[in-house]
Amino acid sequence: MSSFLSYLISGISLGSVYAIIALGYTMVYGIAKMLNFAHGDIIMVGAYMAYVTFTGLGLPPIAAIAVATVGCTVLGVLIEAIAYKPLRGASSLNVLITAIGVSYFLQNSALLVFGADSKTFTSLVNIPSVSIMDGAVIISGVTIASIVTCIIVMVVLTLFINKTKAGQAMLAVSEDTGAATLMGISVNRTIAITFAIGSALAGIAGVLLCSAYPTLSSQTGAMPGIKAFTAAVFGGIGSIPGAMIGGMVMGVVENLSKAYISSQLSDAIVFALLIIILLVKPTGLMGKKIQEKV
Amino acid sequence: MENILEVKNLNVFYGVIHAIKDVSFTVKEGEIVTLIGANGAGKTTTLQTVTGLIKARSGEVIYKGENIVSTPGYKLVGRGLAHVPEGRRVFADLSVYQNLKLGAYTRNDADGIARDLEMVYERFPRLKERVNQPAGTLSGGEQQMLAMGRALMSKPKMILLDEPSMGLSPIYVNEIFDIIKKINADGVTVLLVEQNANKALNIANRAYVLETGKIVLEGDAHELLTNPQVKAAYLSE
Repeated sequence: MSSFLSYLISGISLGSVYAIIALGYTMVYGIAKMLNFAHGDIIMVGAYMAYVTFTGLGLPPIAAIAVATVGCTVLGVLIEAIAYKPLRGASSLNVLITAIGVSYFLQNSALLVFGADSKTFTSLVNIPSVSIMDGAVIISGVTIASIVTCIIVMVVLTLFINKTKAGQAMLAVSEDTGAATLMGISVNRTIAITFAIGSALAGIAGVLLCSAYPTLSSQTGAMPGIKAFTAAVFGGIGSIPGAMIGGMVMGVVENLSKAYISSQLSDAIVFALLIIILLVKPTGLMGKKIQEKV
Repeated sequence: MENILEVKNLNVFYGVIHAIKDVSFTVKEGEIVTLIGANGAGKTTTLQTVTGLIKARSGEVIYKGENIVSTPGYKLVGRGLAHVPEGRRVFADLSVYQNLKLGAYTRNDADGIARDLEMVYERFPRLKERVNQPAGTLSGGEQQMLAMGRALMSKPKMILLDEPSMGLSPIYVNEIFDIIKKINADGVTVLLVEQNANKALNIANRAYVLETGKIVLEGDAHELLTNPQVKAAYLSE
């Protein structure tokens, strides 16, 4: 029982990180109607930024987190402006190929700058671990930090979207760019804000991810990126609560199958679950049914 | 009265298709002007080019003395040019209230917005009853009212209405045309695109007839109502 609980909790923690990453995929898809396949690599760049600030320059963890978050925000906005914005109105295949190109560009740039050897990432989270059930279950500081961060992100994002003008503009653009333009909303600016938010979240996710799994290389973002993308599809791409739920389910299923079935098969199980969900409910758990226009 | 809108030699292409051919027309301040014509004549394209949703190949769109033909569409709302698009295009997942607030997106005067919200509720009491309902659950006529109310929230000087009566029951059609007259009486200039030529000519001051991208006829709306050519082509009931 206690071991199940600790697997479950670390699954929720991993799921929290997936959820934070998945939010970036789902928001960009919802608003710019594109799959930003470079999103996972922004996580990796964020982790390197934190690594350089903390281990390289010896600045405090909070500075490293700030550099990763701000740095990724800037990176995301630049990528959007340079690589994606000129393709507005192009076919989605062109945009997809460009996104894959950006992904390779970021990975190889990291390889060039930091070399092929992986770095050992020192955890930036110095929250003490907590033991519950008379010490039978120990919850690490990173686990707590991931879950708490995820909750904060969810609350802040919900407030942002429902209470601010920029948030309402995002809803309007995601539903109908033409009608949003007629309201006086700049679609380009709204997309840029979306990329900024998604990339900031990727930076935070990079820090959390590498604090929990301390190996940092140019490939660090690839697998979590694909899994978070899966989580977003699973929850219903374009849906913010869907990304949260999808991330959680992914993390928990992955961890429990590692513990009880097979650690080699855990990824296969996760993706098999995705296939089953999509067969049963093609729009994902919380996805909107696409209505036929009358 | 001065011209609030002047379209000069407008040409629009969809790929190789020449959709709008040298179209010129004017709208004076305070008028109701209607563009009538058959399906595919280019009425919607004309409106969309005026508000910057479609780029013109050549020509000028002078709004309040300024050429806006290459101004991005989103900048025009703040200058008092509102556009109620064909098919209403309300934000279906958002509530009636959220839709109306988005109409006031370019404004920052909270008091004025609150006042205009009351004004819209007064003009469209049905919207007030459904204020928290998602716009997608409204009937076609209610959605048209919401789309018009949303446009009024931007405090426009001029409003472009694209087929406001499309797909509505006759009762709603009459109501919508009454509202257009009232909006105009309150000082908003109206450019109305309609397939229901009879109704449109009845409330308009002047009219232009569009045929396959060209203006073929123009004149006083009431005169056009009795014009045999117009009668034969557009008023056969």
